[in-house]
Amino acid sequence: MLGFLKKPVVVTAEINMNLVALTVMGLISRLWGLSYPRAVVFDEVYYGQFVSLYMKRIFFVDDSGPPFGHMLLALGGYLGGFDGNFLWNRIGAEYSMNVPVWSLRLLPALAGALCVPLAYQILVELQFSHCAALGAALLILLENSLITQSRFMLLESVLIFFILLAVLSYLKFYNLQRHRVKYMGLFTYMLLLAIAGLHFWHMIGDQNLSNVSLMCHFLARGLALIIIPVAMYLSFFYVHLTLLYRSGPHDQIMTSAFQASLEGGLARITQGQPLEVAYGSQITLRNVLGKPMQCWLHSHTNTYPIRYENGRGSSHQQQVTCYPFKDVNNWWIVKDPGMQQLVVSNPPRPVRHGHIVQLVHGITTRYLNTHDVAAPLSPHSQEVSCYIDYNISMPAQNLWRVEIVNRESDTDVWKTILSEVRFVHVNTSAVLKLSGASLPEWGYRQLEVVGEKLSKGYHQSMMWNVEEHRYGKSQEQKEREVELHSPTQMDISKNLSFMAKFTELQWKILTLKNEDTEHKYSSSALDWITMDTNIAYWLHPTSGAQIHLLGNVVTWASANIAALVYTCLSLWYLVRRRRKIYDMPEDAWQLWVSAGGICVGGWAVNYLPFFLMEKTLFLYHYLPALTFQILLIPIVLQHLSDHLCRSLLLKSMFSALIVAWFSSVYFVYCTFRPVTYGEPSLSVTELKDLRWKDSWNILIRKQ
Amino acid sequence: PRPASGQDYISQRATRPSRPPRTPSPRMRRARPGAARGGGPRMPAAGGGQAEPGPRGGPLRRRESRRVPGGPARPAAAAGPPPAAAAAGPPPAAARPAALALVTLLSFASRFHRLPEPPHVCWDETHFGKMGSYYINRTFFFDVHPPLGKMLIGLAGYLSGYDGTFPFQKPGDRYEQHNYMGMRGFCAFLGSCLVPFAYLTVLELSKSLPAALLTAFILIFDTGCITLSQYILLDPILMFFLMGAVLSMVKSNSCADRPFSASWWFWLSLTGVNLAGATGVKFVGLFVVLLVGLNTIYDLWDLLGNLSLSLVMFGKHLLARVLCLILLPLALYTAMFAVHFTVLNKSGPGDGFFSSAFQSQLIGNNLHNVSVPEHLAYGSVVTMKNLRMAGGYLHSHWHLYPEGIGARQQQVTAYLHKDSNNLWIIKKHDSDTDLSVPSSPVEFVRHGDVIRLEHKETSRNLHSHQHEAPLTRKHFQVTGYGINGTGDSNDFWRIEVVGRKTGKLIKVLRSQVRLTHVATGCILGSSGKTLPKWGWEQVEVTCTPYLKETPNSLWNFEDHINPKLPNISLDVLKPSFAEILLESHMVMIRGNSGLKPKDNEVTSKPWHWPINYQGLRFSGVNETDYRVYLLGNPVIWWLNLVTIGLYLLITVSTAVALKRGVQLTSELKELSRVVLRGGGQITLGWLLHYLPFFMMGRVLYFHHYFPAMLFSSMLTGITWDTLLKFCAAFLSPSTTARKVYGGGFLALVLLIMYSFYLFHPLSYGMIGPMASDPSSPMAGLRWMDSWEF
Repeated sequence: MLGFLKKPVVVTAEINMNLVALTVMGLISRLWGLSYPRAVVFDEVYYGQFVSLYMKRIFFVDDSGPPFGHMLLALGGYLGGFDGNFLWNRIGAEYSMNVPVWSLRLLPALAGALCVPLAYQILVELQFSHCAALGAALLILLENSLITQSRFMLLESVLIFFILLAVLSYLKFYNLQRHRVKYMGLFTYMLLLAIAGLHFWHMIGDQNLSNVSLMCHFLARGLALIIIPVAMYLSFFYVHLTLLYRSGPHDQIMTSAFQASLEGGLARITQGQPLEVAYGSQITLRNVLGKPMQCWLHSHTNTYPIRYENGRGSSHQQQVTCYPFKDVNNWWIVKDPGMQQLVVSNPPRPVRHGHIVQLVHGITTRYLNTHDVAAPLSPHSQEVSCYIDYNISMPAQNLWRVEIVNRESDTDVWKTILSEVRFVHVNTSAVLKLSGASLPEWGYRQLEVVGEKLSKGYHQSMMWNVEEHRYGKSQEQKEREVELHSPTQMDISKNLSFMAKFTELQWKILTLKNEDTEHKYSSSALDWITMDTNIAYWLHPTSGAQIHLLGNVVTWASANIAALVYTCLSLWYLVRRRRKIYDMPEDAWQLWVSAGGICVGGWAVNYLPFFLMEKTLFLYHYLPALTFQILLIPIVLQHLSDHLCRSLLLKSMFSALIVAWFSSVYFVYCTFRPVTYGEPSLSVTELKDLRWKDSWNILIRKQ
Repeated sequence: PRPASGQDYISQRATRPSRPPRTPSPRMRRARPGAARGGGPRMPAAGGGQAEPGPRGGPLRRRESRRVPGGPARPAAAAGPPPAAAAAGPPPAAARPAALALVTLLSFASRFHRLPEPPHVCWDETHFGKMGSYYINRTFFFDVHPPLGKMLIGLAGYLSGYDGTFPFQKPGDRYEQHNYMGMRGFCAFLGSCLVPFAYLTVLELSKSLPAALLTAFILIFDTGCITLSQYILLDPILMFFLMGAVLSMVKSNSCADRPFSASWWFWLSLTGVNLAGATGVKFVGLFVVLLVGLNTIYDLWDLLGNLSLSLVMFGKHLLARVLCLILLPLALYTAMFAVHFTVLNKSGPGDGFFSSAFQSQLIGNNLHNVSVPEHLAYGSVVTMKNLRMAGGYLHSHWHLYPEGIGARQQQVTAYLHKDSNNLWIIKKHDSDTDLSVPSSPVEFVRHGDVIRLEHKETSRNLHSHQHEAPLTRKHFQVTGYGINGTGDSNDFWRIEVVGRKTGKLIKVLRSQVRLTHVATGCILGSSGKTLPKWGWEQVEVTCTPYLKETPNSLWNFEDHINPKLPNISLDVLKPSFAEILLESHMVMIRGNSGLKPKDNEVTSKPWHWPINYQGLRFSGVNETDYRVYLLGNPVIWWLNLVTIGLYLLITVSTAVALKRGVQLTSELKELSRVVLRGGGQITLGWLLHYLPFFMMGRVLYFHHYFPAMLFSSMLTGITWDTLLKFCAAFLSPSTTARKVYGGGFLALVLLIMYSFYLFHPLSYGMIGPMASDPSSPMAGLRWMDSWEF
């Protein structure tokens, strides 16, 4: 009871000095002179604009990944008190005084620094010796490309940090939490899922476990590996959408409903529009597809040329196009075919699904029409025109049936913004469609609109929604023109649920395609293994100081060799084991397989998918894969020395070799340090000496 | 001068007919080799049969084991005959040949019914019929597929008396007096063989007659399979070899208990032959190579684990497989190319795709027995061909680079066809004297000279400057610059011959030449990337600042016109067969990857296919036309689709049950073996023939799914048979069980037949109003809006 009186209370804290030392070294290597250069470095120009948008709470869409990474960077800016006022337009531009460079770069640098102790810990957790673990950590520490990538406002180091953390967490069998910064993280996640699945499969085979406990295991894994990551993923988007509530540069690619939920922008225009479209309504119709660009149904007084260049004839009636800009000629009036009036009656008579209407062009008061004449650019489809009666036995065919595609019942009312509508021509059952082609000069390069006779399903190019809307009041054409020119007023606000916003945003992110062009420093995935390319990140405006993304040549080569040796040895062992020849004890074999599975598997899942991608690729995309490959080096080395160096002499010779090899890694690190940190400035000859490969692009100033 | 743009030119030279509006699909091309990836559940075990007696042997062995009434390992069911087996009814020995004969007969009847209809060119017949004619006429052509399929079509036409004179201009052309039935009949014959092949394969895998019959009925009564077999297409030929390979693989697996016997050798080598055949028709055949490869690896792995087998024996096994499955197919594949190049010895539409050396072998080509001035001189008019495989001619035309892409000057591209816009005049860099005046002396171009290249049609100089190239941003743009040959110093190029000393003359055709831009030091090259629409989809030409020596940056002079010089007959270095083979493959791969969908073109997506979302119009558009529409029998296809889900469910539950060590009766064990092994093998086949299409960038068509559909149908046969047997096993009393099993089977077959009765006009031709019209015979059958009949 009173034992504590006899013995002193002792608190023993076990501090692994290795770990501490590594962390400190990591921090020094990544944080040293962090705010130098005080200029925009490479992709900072890209991420910086998002940070600014976050600071200003302006909505944006970025297809490079979910918003978590951007949010982390923005957090740095927030902590540093950044107001978002900087024009991110040019690599190498000097930062103004209001940009907290240090804190913007701090988080990626910290993540990069912590990768060093993480690497150590992973190898320890894989039951390798401290020596091997130390080796892995030092290799990561001295990898020039990882240092460069960590020291700027870029996301790869954060990605690598979370990937390593996830692997470590799984190894420690904690509840795994997957963070995702870029979609590349997904591949590591798949690997972990596969490993977990495999472990569970072995567990199924364990007859000692009852069915109930098996179910519990299954549920627990499902929760940890699937539900939690999904929930976190959703929450990132939730924060993203909550933070960004103002309209901004990327509004246009979202649907009208989404735009209306943002403050400013479309919401300002559409606030307070009448919801239900009625006979006599004045509307603008936006094509739902939004490709090749958003546009509105449009007409103007010009007619189709009598003969096209290729000799085909047209109806010579008034052109109907899709126009990518707001214009008074985008206004149409919904008319009841049975009545003459173009104003909304009191009470308004709403248009419902299946009703037949005429669409009258507001400025020219001609009727939207289509007939069996080939369209100008899509000869398989019908021409759409605004009808002009030339008295040539070509009657007007201007009745359209309104079909609400996203209706809930067949009596739904046509609603502003919310309803996606198809216009089916009554005479020919053609559907009003945006063909996507742009007309020649006579059509002012506007987009072609056609009547599609054989409608294949419900493609978005055939769907239109009402964007701007008001109830028409003017009886006379002159008054009406004035009315059409005036802005819409009236107020109602529309709120989308989070899930609706999320699905739309997610879909846009996945389908958004940036033009696939080659960049000066882009490379193909095959170049990465041998590091045939580099990326010039920054060049001092006057001196020869410069920063390059350039790896440690020795490390890259050794990593490749290690992967090769690992694969060959594993195949060899596998074949031998199949013949019941065991070269090593069972637990050593298990260790070899699991360590290799994680490292080689991690390399493969982070590298091979790039061969299937069609986007512009850069060397830094390889860094996550490289990290896994580097971890493999000490594993292979230790295996070689433990199992293949039988005699003591061999062992000591091997150790000597390792020391020599390691000093060469250090030597290369030191050689390339000037272009990793950007200082000191090198002379022309020194720079020329650094060009170890002809394909490297070291910038040399002409005298 | 006319702006001979690429597209105008293609329509003249590449003999691609412009299609009438709305006949779908230009053509389907390319299997991306090696793109196949897939991990099926498991491969069937084949080898090592001795160690583990059991239901692995051939049919004989199985019947033996069944005759032992209720072995000791069968506690519950020992009392009576095992229910499932009873339900299946052990088929009498005569039943199998009779059933085989029946399905074969039905298959041939359904494929040959109304074969001559319609008597005009349907869909891709325009390509493959034409290529068959090329073989008969011995005219060289280029196609993105290997030659075997077209060679066989040509052979069938030749044997049946077709003389190769029909032009196959465009779909809808009437055959008139030309004999086309031989070619169609040949394809229909191969297409009919698919049914017995599938029947035998399923029988071998499941040992169950009903399963095999079900599969056979599915394939017999599928309108899609019938339609695809009735025309002059590559698909029936491809699928014939593909199914042949699967069948022989399965057969040789069941011979595993008597290795090195005659039948073992026979099936193994037959597998190899079929692999060569499948790959020789289309590169899609590589997927079945992969399937057989995986199967073989599994097989060998099994043998390796069999310790009673000495390493020497294992080595023999290995060697036998290397011989039959690698060397034999390779030899056959090479042989068919040898035949191809021997038969086609006349110049034709495909010449420009190949190197100058190759062209010189073709009778009628302007390089055949060529006589040109030997040494390059100033004032000569020349064409320059890029030395990379399938590299084009240096080309320019009046069109400018569009705004925003480098300087707005005239485009310079590489173009694969022969064209007057490929002609360039060699001029001195510093003097502009007209060298074509007969009196002026001849001056030869020498290695190391600085020259100017003037485009003959547009009189602009080959020019480069420090603007980014349109696609390869790391390189400099190459343009045509200047008016009437007067430009600036950026038009100067140093001409150098590889491995030569300064001052030597430059030989036409033989010298490999490099052009270095004097001002920037970059080298003229072709990147191999296809320009977008504005560049007429020709190949990009750039000036590369990287001085690496690759064929991309080397050129040779092909045509050479200089009236002042004597023509000398030149024997161009004859290319070896290996070079020709490699070159033709590079050209095919390039051609395949060039088949990208155009902007705004509605293309078929792989996920459309299994749900039978949209078919292909083979013939006829209007109400009065004889219309044929390639569409699977929807009942069958949707059954297949549901079955895949069912199969996954059964597999997972069976695998978990086995892993949990649930005790199963021997009948159920046998069933689960069929599901896991046989079904797994088929599923792997389906995955391998379907998934890779998701990763392909090229234009895809509905009919690409049909090889996968064959596997899917076999899976349906196996799965439903197993499912019904499982049900029967649970309803133990034998009469009910028998009823359930028999009734279920009958219901499925009747359903399939009735749906065929409904949809048969799709293949055998529809005339009259469209299906949207209530008076049409097909009214009410347009179940999906996307079907267009």
